[in-house]
Amino acid sequence: MAATTGTAPAVQPLDRQAMLKEAGATGLVIFALAFGLLGFRTLDVPGGIDIQYRFGDVAAAVVIGILGRIALILLREHRPLPVLLTTAPLAVVLLVMLLAKFLFGPETGAELMRFLPFESLVVMWAILIVIVVLALRAARSQTHIASEMTVEDRDARMDRIGAKVQRAARRLGPVLLGIAIIFPFLPFADRRLLDIGILVVTYIMLGWGLNIVVGLAGLLDLGYVAFYAVGAYSFALLATGLDVSFWVALPFAGLMAASAGVLLGFPVLRLRGDYLAIVTLGFGEMIRIILLNWYEFTNGPDGISGIPRPSFFGLAVFKRSVTEGHTFHEMFGLQFTPIHRIIFMFYLILALALVVNLFTMRIRKLPVGRAWEALREDETACRSLGINPRNTKLTAFGIGAMFAGFAGSFFATRQGFISPESFVFTESAVILAIVVLGGFGSQIGVVIAAVLLIGLPEFFRELQQYRMLAFGMAMVLIMLWRPAGLLAHREPTIRLFGKGAAKEAEP
Amino acid sequence: MSAETAIAEGATSPDLLGPIPGGGEAQLTVEHLTMRFGGLVAIDDVSFQAADARITAIIGPNGAGKTTVFNCLTGFYKPTVGRLALHHPKGEFLLERIEGFRTAQAAGVARTFQNIRLFPRMTVLENLIVAQHNKLMRASGYTVLGLFGLKRYREAEEKAVELARYWLDRTLLTKAADQEAGNLPYGDQRRLEVARAMCTEPVLLCLDEPAAGLNPRESQVLNELLLFIRDEHKMGILLIEHDMSVVMGISDHIVVLDYGRKISDGTPEQVRNDPAVIRAYLGEDEEDEPAGETAAGPESAAREGEERDA
Repeated sequence: MAATTGTAPAVQPLDRQAMLKEAGATGLVIFALAFGLLGFRTLDVPGGIDIQYRFGDVAAAVVIGILGRIALILLREHRPLPVLLTTAPLAVVLLVMLLAKFLFGPETGAELMRFLPFESLVVMWAILIVIVVLALRAARSQTHIASEMTVEDRDARMDRIGAKVQRAARRLGPVLLGIAIIFPFLPFADRRLLDIGILVVTYIMLGWGLNIVVGLAGLLDLGYVAFYAVGAYSFALLATGLDVSFWVALPFAGLMAASAGVLLGFPVLRLRGDYLAIVTLGFGEMIRIILLNWYEFTNGPDGISGIPRPSFFGLAVFKRSVTEGHTFHEMFGLQFTPIHRIIFMFYLILALALVVNLFTMRIRKLPVGRAWEALREDETACRSLGINPRNTKLTAFGIGAMFAGFAGSFFATRQGFISPESFVFTESAVILAIVVLGGFGSQIGVVIAAVLLIGLPEFFRELQQYRMLAFGMAMVLIMLWRPAGLLAHREPTIRLFGKGAAKEAEP
Repeated sequence: MSAETAIAEGATSPDLLGPIPGGGEAQLTVEHLTMRFGGLVAIDDVSFQAADARITAIIGPNGAGKTTVFNCLTGFYKPTVGRLALHHPKGEFLLERIEGFRTAQAAGVARTFQNIRLFPRMTVLENLIVAQHNKLMRASGYTVLGLFGLKRYREAEEKAVELARYWLDRTLLTKAADQEAGNLPYGDQRRLEVARAMCTEPVLLCLDEPAAGLNPRESQVLNELLLFIRDEHKMGILLIEHDMSVVMGISDHIVVLDYGRKISDGTPEQVRNDPAVIRAYLGEDEEDEPAGETAAGPESAAREGEERDA
């Protein structure tokens, strides 16, 4: 078999027994998993519950697992040809069967689809993707056998890509911003798209805010949503209780959240890494549970409703008609449509997010920002240089929390209703995932990750049950291949020789 | 007389009478320094003086308490007993009363570490700019003014870069200025740490084994750097070192510690011939040390990290 590849350098003879053993073990593991998970399914039948047996599926899963393992072993042992010869036709056949509905009409399609091993089309597509990946890998190693990339090569290459994207981001940033600005006026921008846009930008803002704490200062904060909640509740209580307007309440909500950040910062000053993460996680839960149980103040699980919408800078309101003051559409002589308010909301959050971004870019080049990064790198060395670690950490916590507070106020005024349910741990996890996926400290990375994690799932709501699965899978892949995040490339805050010299120095 | 009562009575340690070996005015006076960790006495009633514009080496076998002395001086530990007086142009500082980062900030005591502690993912230049944090922080109006890009801050930053550039030139690192510090060769990292300490504009420089792991050529470069700092900047340097070629080559004054006690204090010549030092390094005659270890001499005496000290 080795001779078929021809160019293969010193291919070891294949140990069939070991291969079958390994594949068998894989089959056994899959059987153990699939027997319980796939083998039985409860069905609602009139008058009770019934069990559907799906042993065919179990068998299919085991067979696919064993074959896949064998393919992987062959690839590992530098025998790509047989893998290529089996997977490529298989991929074509599967693709034809899956697309049969469109190719040959619905009847033949349905006929052909009956031969598929699994009923669920999503599963079949997933299997197809795996087969295609295998085929591509086989084709790759068939064409250039010796070009196995080492992990370092790959990391270096990814870092170069990261650097390129960041350099491109300088030009890409304004373009993206331009797109964002004209986005509400594009012909396809309906209410649903605008809502998704608002959501994505909110998470971008939260990601940028958390990036200060996690990416720059290196303080792993798992309870970031607590500050979001403090901001939202501060705003909601001020607006409903004291009738304070959005533009007055916004800075106050930020201030409250920042105080909460400093308050959390004090007891955790000495903690690092995992311990810090656990305490911040606890803090996040504490805030939520306080909001849930302090009924007289926060209205508990009933939440706060009737939060006023923001006015057009206090000049006009977004309503069809008002008894006093002005309405937005009359002020500008437009036809009334509720979309005006949505567009205004979009610009509002965009402006808030941009403030966070500009602030972060600026502060990175200031002593505080550099001290944050230095603190992330080595706290002991910081102390030996006369940097006050306490104040530096507290500023990071405070500023990060303040931005979450702004975002929280926005959330409250957009929803018009908030309850503790909006501020669960999953939210913290998603925001952190955005920062981690984008690459610690990378501004453009956060944008990309927010679009991927928030935007795409909103579009594919139909595949909702697979959403979290894909989410988890993406995180695992990132951790395997790019533990520092997609675009983890750090641009120096100051250079001695300018950028041109740096490029020349690079090979 | 115990260290406690000596301090209480304000008695000057007999060690401190007379001129400092190696000459110079006293810049740092350490009196009755004692540091206990629970039952363990890491430093036991050590007194010595270090002169300004002189290089004072603290040597001793592993676990002698050298790094602990440094940690007490630089605010990482609070000494159990003792007075550490620093004669600063701004007046006298009692280092035992200043803790943590303030030692570097207010008293101007800079230090390097036995195991290099740079900011590895920041560039060389950034490392040196971070060292000037407090100065820049004031110039940036504690961030507020800097956010608006005030001229005052930009000028201060330019000055900071100039100072960094000066030390980069001195430490032969100018070309590497925009590289990540963690990617530098080991010897360069050692010199960068010295440069970073100097960028804090200190009055006393404490170097914890700066020559550890350097090859002979690199340690020669380091020697020249230290002599330059002493002669051109008139700065007092306190040095912990195992590499005897460095210690004997550049020190003006050597203090020898063993088991937390001072066993010798004098010029390199005096220390080299002190029987107590030879005993501490080579072992007692009656203990019948194996011949191989005796032949190794003080030069190779235990390079491994001092776990107990750190």
